Amino acid sequence: MSHQIENSRGLRSQLKDSVPVAGLCPQAGPYGVQDTLRRGFSSVKNELLPSHPLELSEKNFQLNQDKLNFTTLRNIQGLHAPLKLQMEYRAARQIQRLPFLPSSNLALDTLRGTDETIGFEDILNDPAQCELMGEPHIMTEYKLGLL
Amino acid sequence: PDRRPAEQSHPEPMRNTLLEANVAKLGCSLPPARKTGTTICGVVYKDGVVLGADTRATEGMVVADKNCSKIHYISPNIYCCGAGTAADTEMTTQLISSNLELHSLSTNRLPRVATANRMLKQMLFRYQGYIGAALVLGGVDCNGPHLYSIYPHGSTDKLPYVTMGSGSLAAMAVFEDRFKPNMEEEEAKQLVRDAIAAGIFNDLGSGSNIDLCVITKGKVDYLRPHDEANKKGVRTGDYKYKHGTTGVLTKQVTTLQLEVMDESVQTMDTS
Repeated sequence: MSHQIENSRGLRSQLKDSVPVAGLCPQAGPYGVQDTLRRGFSSVKNELLPSHPLELSEKNFQLNQDKLNFTTLRNIQGLHAPLKLQMEYRAARQIQRLPFLPSSNLALDTLRGTDETIGFEDILNDPAQCELMGEPHIMTEYKLGLL
Repeated sequence: PDRRPAEQSHPEPMRNTLLEANVAKLGCSLPPARKTGTTICGVVYKDGVVLGADTRATEGMVVADKNCSKIHYISPNIYCCGAGTAADTEMTTQLISSNLELHSLSTNRLPRVATANRMLKQMLFRYQGYIGAALVLGGVDCNGPHLYSIYPHGSTDKLPYVTMGSGSLAAMAVFEDRFKPNMEEEEAKQLVRDAIAAGIFNDLGSGSNIDLCVITKGKVDYLRPHDEANKKGVRTGDYKYKHGTTGVLTKQVTTLQLEVMDESVQTMDTS
């Protein structure tokens, strides 16, 4: 047991710089009990502390890379360059299919340059193999503001 | 494609840390990762690069594979030897090979060794050493022959001769003694063969055969195996007894009387 406490203290030191994302009600399924089949084992420690030293670094990797690239671009070319690029990203991000269908994000990929690379995110967690699907009618009504 | 980051809970690493913590209580040990306790090395000679590797893969103290291939293809002019965790080296080199192919299709040029090096070191640094892959990357591109060694944490060295793996010290001793710049091809192949042999015979984690890969401008010689240093011995004796060794005194045959009671056929539902 003491081995676990040491581990958590070590990982807790990573928390001081991270921004905690407040989830919705933790792991509640349709009957108010945690949904082990769909969301895995629930543990309070796991929702507060990272369960692997690289968890936070990987979760924020894309954000940090973008921040780094935009800062470098700003330093080299001036403020206009990252502003224009971010405007294009925002426009490309709005091209989506209906909310319950997977989108190809082709424009966003082309802007980012990830249409010419293969990473773990292309092989694992394939949305075509996803076992969950949102309620089509409710999701569309929510998106259109009719709910 | 829509890339969604993984959902909130990460059950796999939590389960692993829980198992590791409770190993003593459970009274058993976790299976050891299959590593390639290895000798890999590379040398730059007059026309190109010679890469060499042994062929033993170990799982703890047991030899898991007597003839595994440690020289991985990255691109037609670039090959990479891998030491460390076998799965990590295999998957990392395949990932970089795919990315390099896409990149070379996009630029319409033969890929450079420095590009592969940069891609590998950026990926390994991103995972902070958790991907246990120590690599020797060698190839010939438009700027000549290049040889890099890449460590699991992401640092790289560009040198004329490199060794990696558990047998690296034995192999480096041979290199330090006999390396000369601008060697001929046969001399370079003999040097790499001797370095790997030193690793095979002096390190328990390396063994079996020696594989070589000679890369020159426009030509790649993948010699597998180049030298079978450790052939498995042939059995000299035979423990099987020939027919007639034991004399037969009497013989009695009893047939079993079986009656067919009921015969029914049930067809399989193949719809």
